[in-house]
Amino acid sequence: MSSDLIFKSATELAALLEARELSSVELATELMARTRAVDGRVQAFNSFDEADTLAQARAADARRDAGQARGPLDGIPVGIKDVIAVAGQPLTASSRMLADFVSPYDATVTCRLKDAGAIPWGRLNMDEFAMGSSTENSAFRITANPWDLTRVPGGSSGGPAAAVAAGETILALGSDTGGSIRQPASFCGVVGLKPTYGLVSRYGLIAFASSLDQIGPFARTVEDAALLLGAIAGHDPLDSTSCQIEVPDYRAELARRPGPWKLGVPKEYFSAGLDSEVGDAIRAAIEFYRAAGSEIREVSLPVAAEYAVSVYYIIATAEASSNLARYDGVRYGHRSMAATDAVDIYFKTRAEGFGPEVKRRIILGTHVLSSGYYDAYYLRAQKVRTLIRQDFLRAYQEVDALLAPVAPTAAFKRGEKSSDPLAMYLSDIYTISLNLAGLPGVSIPCGFTRAGLPVGLQIIGQPFREAELLAIARGYEQAHDWHTRHPSL
Amino acid sequence: MASPSDFNIDYVANLARLALTAQEKETFSRQLGDVLQYIEKLREVDVGQVEPTAHAFPMFNVWAEDQSRPGLPVEVALQNAPAQRDNMIVVPVVVE
Repeated sequence: MSSDLIFKSATELAALLEARELSSVELATELMARTRAVDGRVQAFNSFDEADTLAQARAADARRDAGQARGPLDGIPVGIKDVIAVAGQPLTASSRMLADFVSPYDATVTCRLKDAGAIPWGRLNMDEFAMGSSTENSAFRITANPWDLTRVPGGSSGGPAAAVAAGETILALGSDTGGSIRQPASFCGVVGLKPTYGLVSRYGLIAFASSLDQIGPFARTVEDAALLLGAIAGHDPLDSTSCQIEVPDYRAELARRPGPWKLGVPKEYFSAGLDSEVGDAIRAAIEFYRAAGSEIREVSLPVAAEYAVSVYYIIATAEASSNLARYDGVRYGHRSMAATDAVDIYFKTRAEGFGPEVKRRIILGTHVLSSGYYDAYYLRAQKVRTLIRQDFLRAYQEVDALLAPVAPTAAFKRGEKSSDPLAMYLSDIYTISLNLAGLPGVSIPCGFTRAGLPVGLQIIGQPFREAELLAIARGYEQAHDWHTRHPSL
Repeated sequence: MASPSDFNIDYVANLARLALTAQEKETFSRQLGDVLQYIEKLREVDVGQVEPTAHAFPMFNVWAEDQSRPGLPVEVALQNAPAQRDNMIVVPVVVE
């Protein structure tokens, strides 16, 4: 029963809960037992609060007993990346800077989960301040890929992706600034969606790069991702970049959009640098859509393909250097005990509190914004950002969505890229242009390498058309069984 | 015109209020030198007639009603402070 239960989808579990064949307490108890059994090897969690989780599960069961269940998510645990605020729980961003920080309030997405009856479950590991592509930059632990414990789970949302893949949670929330949901979803063989910029409130998300950050769902099925997205999406007056968009019932829309579609394939994304096994899996997925009646067209994203990494590492680091100025040792977070005066507190607190990748990015971001360099780097990058966006909008005059790889390779070995930041940055090459253009994208499982590592297909959608994007993803998922395989731990 | 060779880590680290060790300065200078060399390719792009993008979906004049609403109680706002006394955050002497 237990192994069956922990790998069931949220929609299946919702039906069991509704039929009273399962209680939320039973479900939470199974997940906690699973987590205790495997997380010593997976290391997906920074912390979890069993008493709080059980109390919420009991409350969900009491609502259902009273005929007041709040919908399909009521009583379902949702793992939370340790960068999203949950009142009364630690909020560390996997940084020594916030090692002892306890959130005084809920993020808007947390409020919405609670309103839907879902149970925020645990604090999931990540690259420090979401900076990285392997979760090796966490100050606390290195998360393993559940499919091969010697490999990375991807990043920065490596904890959420690994926890979903390993059956330690049913659903999870992550954040994506340059691929931090889609790339770990791909590496761990789960579904990960980055919504359109502005669809989901960022209030209560620790800021990395404010014009790029979005919160989004991890799940084992497209339908579950649709369900979770529906719970968290929509306008929030507390985030002035959140859009006034009517949120459809994404789950119901899946059935209403059977296809076929017009799908574009960016020709530049299949050039040198793409691993041949990954390329084969993506091409097979493209052939599936063609055989199922969709029209496949080659499109070109010349600026995005060539310049997105450069633009991203200027804009993201510039915004990060500004956002992370708040960690000054004065009001909250780490404060150096070695400081000799009020200004020295800043220098030493930041030296002690931040890890190497965060320091590197603060230095780079400060440099590109500094006097004499702003126009050459930051302003020029913002202009090329405009051209990247135009690349996609031009493609969308011909097609509904794009099919692409998520990452150039499957999960790489621990330590393989950690000493070469540029090589690590280049592993984001297919994902970061979406953040620059504000577009939604989803990674779904589309095969395995000969070594047994998952490969993800990236489907890139049009702004605020997540319903269509998810329907396209669901079309593939229904005809394949990759998502039904689970790692043996 | 900016060039990767202009990168002065002491100057930038001071602007960022970040104390770096000699080892960090050496490592970061080399690694960021590679990154700056890589992003040099942006100079190839003709951006003469292009407007900059700050946000993918520019929004202007987002107004909030001027209404008071509950904020964090003082003790909750101070719960993460490194040092506090009498509902205030304690810092080293700034002015003698």
